Amino acid sequence: MIEKTAAELSQALSSGELSSMELTQSYLDRISTHNRELNAFITVCEESALEQAKAADEKRASGDKSPLLGIPLAHKDIFCTKGVITSCGSHMLENFVAPYDATVVEKFKTAGTVMLGKTNMDEFAMGSSNETSFFGPVKNPWDLKRVPGGSSGGSAAAVAADLCVMATGTDTGGSIRQPAAFCGITGLKPSYGRVSRWGMIAFASSLDQAGTLSKSAEDAALMTNVMAGIDSKDSTSIDRPAEDYTATLNDSLDGLRIGIPKQHFAEGLSAEVEQAVREALKEYEQLGANITEVDLPNNHLSVSAYYVVAPAEASANLSRYDGVRYGHRCENPIDLEDMYKRTRSEGFGDEVKRRILVGTYALSAGYYDAYYRKAQKIRRLIKNDFTKAFEQVDVIVGPTSPHTAFGLGSKTDPVAMYLEDIYTIAVNLAGLPGISIPAGFANGLPVGMHIVGKDFGEGKLLNVAHQFQQQTDWHKRKPNFEPED
Amino acid sequence: MALDKSEVEKIAQLARLHISEADTDEVASRITDILALIDQMQSVNTERVEPMAHPLDVTQRLRVDTATEKDRRDELQSLAPAAQDGLYLVPKVIE
Repeated sequence: MIEKTAAELSQALSSGELSSMELTQSYLDRISTHNRELNAFITVCEESALEQAKAADEKRASGDKSPLLGIPLAHKDIFCTKGVITSCGSHMLENFVAPYDATVVEKFKTAGTVMLGKTNMDEFAMGSSNETSFFGPVKNPWDLKRVPGGSSGGSAAAVAADLCVMATGTDTGGSIRQPAAFCGITGLKPSYGRVSRWGMIAFASSLDQAGTLSKSAEDAALMTNVMAGIDSKDSTSIDRPAEDYTATLNDSLDGLRIGIPKQHFAEGLSAEVEQAVREALKEYEQLGANITEVDLPNNHLSVSAYYVVAPAEASANLSRYDGVRYGHRCENPIDLEDMYKRTRSEGFGDEVKRRILVGTYALSAGYYDAYYRKAQKIRRLIKNDFTKAFEQVDVIVGPTSPHTAFGLGSKTDPVAMYLEDIYTIAVNLAGLPGISIPAGFANGLPVGMHIVGKDFGEGKLLNVAHQFQQQTDWHKRKPNFEPED
Repeated sequence: MALDKSEVEKIAQLARLHISEADTDEVASRITDILALIDQMQSVNTERVEPMAHPLDVTQRLRVDTATEKDRRDELQSLAPAAQDGLYLVPKVIE
């Protein structure tokens, strides 16, 4: 039963075939067997999970029919959880226990879900392989010598290996979609502002967005129903009426206009990934969709602009870690300056320090126009490209990543790592929703297909993804990794 | 553009980071590579383009200026590495 989707388990729970206590215990057992090799969880909450499961079973007995009641999930360790350590993958916050729950966490609690634990991630969400985590890299369940992608790699690996039903993630430049692609699962990044950022540790505030890692598009819809909405505690959350994302999943795709960007099928894309995505597009033609080429002429500038905007905002956001109010503080500082410097140098890893330095440089006196302002202008050009493309098409489809999961330790050059996100970054800069769904395999490793929608087009994206999953079983394939014992 | 050692030291000072003498060269070379990536932006003319600060071009929502948070000082200060009598303690600043 642990391999089932949340929608399937929800039925089993409501028919009384299964209790949340039994289900939760099964996942806890699986975590205790496999987490040592996968390293997907930083913290496991055995006791509180069973308490929450018991409470969910009691609620169900008294007539509560919430769809996710009693469903065990995991939260990325970037979401603040009251009473449970929130490390953000960093030595800086290794022992940090937040005094409150993030809005996303609170909403899932209200929905009656069971929190199994907190998942591993790149430090402060800065990475595309999960290798920058202070707690060590996560292993890809499809091949333990490969990375799961990042930064939400722990969440992706946990869902793919059936250590939980579903998990939350965050996506600043591809951090949900790329690990979803590498691990063969479904990953949705909603539009900027659709989900509250309150209590989600900040990386780059104009790009960060919370989203879902799940076993199907239907489950992503169930999760987004819980997560989406305005929050008075996040002034950038958007005031839009609530939608039921499950209501449109079965809409027909007859006449759907799909755009394929020529820039996403160009040099740098592996032939096997291209073939899998092109085969997947044929499924859409079978479903009645029309496919045309679209032009995103400024896409190649997205990585450059991103590596100004994201580090600049990160350098400002991460200035709060000063050893005064919470988090790590160095031993025996000789003065205040020494305390700041040693606290930050000990607390942050190399990649985080590198991005703070780049951001500080870009924002330093005399460089603002040449870097941050220039990047914001490029951002406008990138958004305009999408706006123009969406005059002709309903969704834009391409590969999520140029290739399948790469080997642990194989990418040591930061710039090569940054280019990993070449197809996903522009979507964050433009604030659009994007989803990655399993589209096939290349050399035994999962291939992700990336679908981008219009502003607040999550419903359409989930519909387009769900219809594909009704015709294919790529999302049901399971990795066969060796158990530890 | 290539960063030299003294520029790295200057940025590190602004960012309140300590970089050891032994690491400075490597940090300078890595950041130089990143700046080369960033500099691809300069190839495009953006003279008449309006900068985009927010993906939806929305403006900041304002709320009524009244206190809504409860006093949680003790709870929040319990997280601090050093606090006493409601104050955060840091190394001596004034002699």
